[in-house]
Amino acid sequence: MLELKGIHKTFNAGTINEKTALNGINLKLEPGDFVTIIGGNGAGKSTMLNAISGVFPVDEGSIVIGGNDVTGLPEYKRAQFLGRVFQDPMMGTAANMGIEENLALAARRGDRRTFRNGITGKERELYREKLAPLGLGLENRMTTKVGLLSGGQRQALTLLMATIKRPNLLLLDEHTAALDPKTADKVLQLTDEIIRRDELTALMVTHNMRNAIAYGNRLIMMNEGRIVVDIRGEEKKNLQVSDLLKKFNIENDRMLLSE
Amino acid sequence: MISTIIGRFATLPAAMPGAISQGLIWGIMAIGVYLTYRILDIADLTVDGSFCTGGAVCIMLVLAGYNVWVSMLAAVIAGLLTGLVTGIFHTFMGIPAILAGILTQLSLYSINLKIMGKSNQAINVDKFDLLISLRWVKDAALHNPLAMVLIITIVLIALLYWFFGTELGCAVRATGSNPNMSRAQGINTDFNKVLGLMISNALVAFSGALLTQYQGFADISMGRGAIVIGLAACIIGEAVFSRIFHNFALRLLAVSLGSIIYYIVVQIALAFIPDANMLKLLSALVVAVFLAVPYWKGKYFSKGGKK
Repeated sequence: MLELKGIHKTFNAGTINEKTALNGINLKLEPGDFVTIIGGNGAGKSTMLNAISGVFPVDEGSIVIGGNDVTGLPEYKRAQFLGRVFQDPMMGTAANMGIEENLALAARRGDRRTFRNGITGKERELYREKLAPLGLGLENRMTTKVGLLSGGQRQALTLLMATIKRPNLLLLDEHTAALDPKTADKVLQLTDEIIRRDELTALMVTHNMRNAIAYGNRLIMMNEGRIVVDIRGEEKKNLQVSDLLKKFNIENDRMLLSE
Repeated sequence: MISTIIGRFATLPAAMPGAISQGLIWGIMAIGVYLTYRILDIADLTVDGSFCTGGAVCIMLVLAGYNVWVSMLAAVIAGLLTGLVTGIFHTFMGIPAILAGILTQLSLYSINLKIMGKSNQAINVDKFDLLISLRWVKDAALHNPLAMVLIITIVLIALLYWFFGTELGCAVRATGSNPNMSRAQGINTDFNKVLGLMISNALVAFSGALLTQYQGFADISMGRGAIVIGLAACIIGEAVFSRIFHNFALRLLAVSLGSIIYYIVVQIALAFIPDANMLKLLSALVVAVFLAVPYWKGKYFSKGGKK
């Protein structure tokens, strides 16, 4: 479903701020893989997700999504294959447009936008049905501007937008990090439900090791722009936080704290 | 001294139809500014040049014997092109939006001179078949600029309301609201910025074509400060009507009404200071005050008390 081959990316090459963010990433995801990604700050987790979504071009390597080589495609063209949820709840939605308008924008991801209506009556009904199971009452506030919603509500909506049109690959970049613990759990459960229900292929960056172990069928750890650990199958199922800590001598404060 | 001021105030009512007509005409330009400033979140300074371009193209074609509607259509196309240039400067060449607008505006100064052949061109309403003229401002007929420009404004607002409800229009709005999100949803933000700038400057040029007919001449400096008037209209419109006008079409109407209010305020200010050379200074002050009021309101009169 996703194949990364020899991805390299260096920012500010040739200057004093030179930083090799991705240093030879190779990764192959099978359809239905739900991969959690851990690693310290600056390990390259978010950079890898941004390289996949085309926020910047990579220096070397190739990116293939669902059989399509997207290495040379701009960000907006890759969007047809991807669903994305960001760490910052502000980033995934258009604040001064309504809830239903945001969903309508997402439902047309990958389509040519023409002079047809931006949203139809039929769609409104569909969105109402899709919003109701979130249990946030958003189905009764369809025209409310998204800017008035809480962070948790916005992340839930962004998740719905990312999956309303089935993506080949769902990219979750620490999408619960900015939420309070209770809301974060709720959004995470919702994420898991949607991925299982639609049998999506997903990459989820997290700083919380317990979540990284509890969710998904595969776990990768990154360090200095490389994938240093790749655990799957039975081994992943039986994995304990203490195993990870012992085995890989993790020194990162933030990861220890969130355990 | 006092009697002269009172005397000038006595003439104010007679000046009102003219002020309102001007306000309506500039209101169309202000709607163009609203599209970039509020919807696209870009302060586009192209308008100071494209306003004159619209007037220049229109007057030269009418003088050359073309139908007035054809001439105005050509002005609109010229406006689209000026927006295209700024859009290409900004997106393809990566120049910051404000600077891109300034560059286009500067180059338009030469282009406008080339179009007109000199720094101004006059047109006689008796010899040419114009759509509006200030001469007809008191006529009870369709060619009265008040009636004609009001109808045109309503038609334009209806068109824009329709457009910004389409998939394409929604994509332009999303681009202005959150470019990151837009790209993640497959929207080509560069294309939409260019499109928005083109539509905006088309409206500005159309407004310039109307003003040229209204006043009977086009002048190289007719667009100077247009951006200020446009911003003033947007801000006055929002300040006065934002509590009652929520619908998009009504918000555009508020901009047009804001422009009319601006011209009435300027007319009154001129009664105190009857010096046309002071006009730009007065304009800038009026805009500065209207910009500051919402800021002060938030800072000193919010419900949380003084900070």
